[in-house]
Amino acid sequence: MAVCIAVIAKENYPLYIRSIPTENELKFHYTVHTSLDVVDEKISAMGKALVDQRELYLGLLYPTEDYKVYGYMTNSKVKFVMVVDSSNTALRDNEIRSMFRKLHNSYTDVMCNPFYNPGDCIHSRAFDNMVTSMMMQVC
Amino acid sequence: MEQGPAGAAGLRLLLSDAEQQRYSELFALCCPEGGSPAPAAGGSKVGDLFRASQLPADTLCQITELCGAKRVGYFGPAQFYVALKLIAAAQSGLPVRIESIKSELPLPRFMAVKNDVEMRYGNAAEIHGVKFQIPPATLEKNSFRKPDEGDKQQETKSPPMSPMCSPPASPSNYQRIHLSYGYGKPRSGLEQPHGVPYEARHATHQQEGPAIGNYGSKSALVHSSLSQALAAEKEPHDSSNYPDDPWRITEEQQEYYINQFKSLQPDLHSFISGSVAKNFFTKSKLPIPELSHIWELSDVDCDGALTLPEFCAAFHLIVARKNGYPLPDVLPETLLPDYLAPASLKPKCDCALLDSYPESLPVSQQTRDFNRTELETVHEDPTSSEPLILFDVATSVVEPTSVVEVLDNSALTQDAISDDNQALNISTAAKTIPKDFKPCQYWSVKTVAQELNTLKARPRSRSYSSTSIEDAVKRGEEPPTPPPRPQKSHSRASSLDLNKIFQQSTQAVKSVWLPPPPALPPRPLVSQQGPHHATNTEPAAPAKSSYVEFRLQEQTKQVSEIELHPQMNRVPSQTEESSPTKKEILLTQPPSKPIRRKFRPENQMLESQELTPSLSVTSSLPAVKPHLPVQKPSSKQKKAIQTAIRKNKEANAVLARLNSELQQQLKEVHKERIALESQLEQFRPVTVL
Repeated sequence: MAVCIAVIAKENYPLYIRSIPTENELKFHYTVHTSLDVVDEKISAMGKALVDQRELYLGLLYPTEDYKVYGYMTNSKVKFVMVVDSSNTALRDNEIRSMFRKLHNSYTDVMCNPFYNPGDCIHSRAFDNMVTSMMMQVC
Repeated sequence: MEQGPAGAAGLRLLLSDAEQQRYSELFALCCPEGGSPAPAAGGSKVGDLFRASQLPADTLCQITELCGAKRVGYFGPAQFYVALKLIAAAQSGLPVRIESIKSELPLPRFMAVKNDVEMRYGNAAEIHGVKFQIPPATLEKNSFRKPDEGDKQQETKSPPMSPMCSPPASPSNYQRIHLSYGYGKPRSGLEQPHGVPYEARHATHQQEGPAIGNYGSKSALVHSSLSQALAAEKEPHDSSNYPDDPWRITEEQQEYYINQFKSLQPDLHSFISGSVAKNFFTKSKLPIPELSHIWELSDVDCDGALTLPEFCAAFHLIVARKNGYPLPDVLPETLLPDYLAPASLKPKCDCALLDSYPESLPVSQQTRDFNRTELETVHEDPTSSEPLILFDVATSVVEPTSVVEVLDNSALTQDAISDDNQALNISTAAKTIPKDFKPCQYWSVKTVAQELNTLKARPRSRSYSSTSIEDAVKRGEEPPTPPPRPQKSHSRASSLDLNKIFQQSTQAVKSVWLPPPPALPPRPLVSQQGPHHATNTEPAAPAKSSYVEFRLQEQTKQVSEIELHPQMNRVPSQTEESSPTKKEILLTQPPSKPIRRKFRPENQMLESQELTPSLSVTSSLPAVKPHLPVQKPSSKQKKAIQTAIRKNKEANAVLARLNSELQQQLKEVHKERIALESQLEQFRPVTVL
């Protein structure tokens, strides 16, 4: 179960960030922010040759005692960062991948909306619903 | 009263009989069949159930926290019951706290129905006098319905019923309405158990609800009196005829939307691209987030383009929103493309007139023809001015005189081609809706069906966006082709012709001046013949002499003669000779022009001179023959030419001044540049070393 899901734009500012336990929101914001460094590390580590074949799913960015942070970067350098609770051991890697895929699909749908200007914050209700479902699915 | 199991939070939960029954039903529903530990409810089903309560997500999160499910990691019966009670509290408008569930509360409501249904049919909390939390969006629709509901529910409470019984009745109201709306399709498991206790009511309404028969009849519960009340207020459930449903598009509206679609994209089977649609819908002056939401709702396959049914749905949503109806969270079933597709494409055959036009016809012509047909049907409507004004205002319902009239208004306004007027069409269409919609509507939503649709749509969209070549090609071809919208100037047939006529007339005006240039070559002839003809008839002679003198004097231009009276005689002509000197100065600057102009005024002079003398005189002068045909220009034209010449001269002067100034500036800039380059060269040798 994801406790925090964030969509970060190419310029590393958040397009959408939402976390479940609303009291610790700031902590998750900070976590997501620091995870961006790890994302950049991973991307640069891949090397220039692999840029085209780069897999979108970046895997576990870093674990802490309470939670794990997973990353995903699209071809347009939009990053999805997901923070999941460590106590939830049932979540496996491919489940995380499927969650990211769903996120990516929903993000694409948001982009298809002509009233959405790339770079704006995401206010789509459909996107919100999808994120809610991801956060609550193992509630 | 029973005491529910104490939750992890250590609270004591007091549940009424009805609550206990309901909660256990729901709990049983959410328990997975077999499999995981019996007392725990499956997470996903619980999630679905909670979402069906229509509470905002963060409220649900709070509830799950409070009930302790998070802490223990699963939903046991205690947690589940606490959660249900909290949901009921939240739906009643109480804050999500443990304390709030200690009191008596109505049953939580879970439905896949839109908020409007539950609002429209009253709310249990209403009976309890608790101001329940109405989503602000549905407040408007509430207003007319609530008094009815309140009254009826008050009536129904009069028979001896415990307060706790009536709350279940009101949730059952919308459950029933929802279930009996006409959809016999299997519903989600969530709703079935709700339907079961209320079949009695269904049985009593068999004559009205076609699809209610799906549910078997059971013995009536205490709610029979309520059911009678419901019968009174129940709307006809004929699934084919819902005149009051705001989310159902009427025939007139459908035609109107189709026409609008045609104005953007003549091919009814093709798409409107996102940017075109965006510009179009932005004219409706709705805020962008709402338009964004409307797009999300209507673009079912999420391809960034609108097919005809999608477009109709979007337009309909916009119109409804302009009329004050809140936007739904999910697209109503009647607006789904599958639902609308056959209906929307059917009128295509009615519009065979337009479809017969070849694709190559410019859109303007097509719309022109279309408007012509509309013009025939338009009748003068004095009230048409009213909708024209009211577009920008999100007004309340204005009673249209008739749907047809309003449609004609829309046709009328459509003829006024500007974009604003197109937007005004929306207002007129909007006016049709209040007539059709009455306060008592209800949703026909089935989230199951919609989920199925979205599921179906989703893989479709993926294929569209990635793999389907012909679709991409088709989309690549067609969206760019939407011809430009008819310009303001000519959507009327008459105005188009006028434009042409005007152009022709201007050309005709110019053609008057054609003869003079060809007169140039004969100039030497004239000069030679001048003295020759000077000896001719008297009236012509001085004219010719003056004519000759003008020819000989390169710079003498007879502009001044334009000012003179048309009936010129020799004396004025001679005075002309003296006066042109002042015109020389002006005319020297562009030498070529005055030559032509010289001819013109000379033409006029000659013509005016020869107007009085007989034509035979003029015919004797071959040189003047080119000028002869042009005897028409009167003094007005002369004056016009003179003013035109003056203006051109002034413009020339201004431009010449400007030119000289710019030349000076250019020189200065050149100097600066040279200075800078020299400085640069000074520095360069230093670095090179």
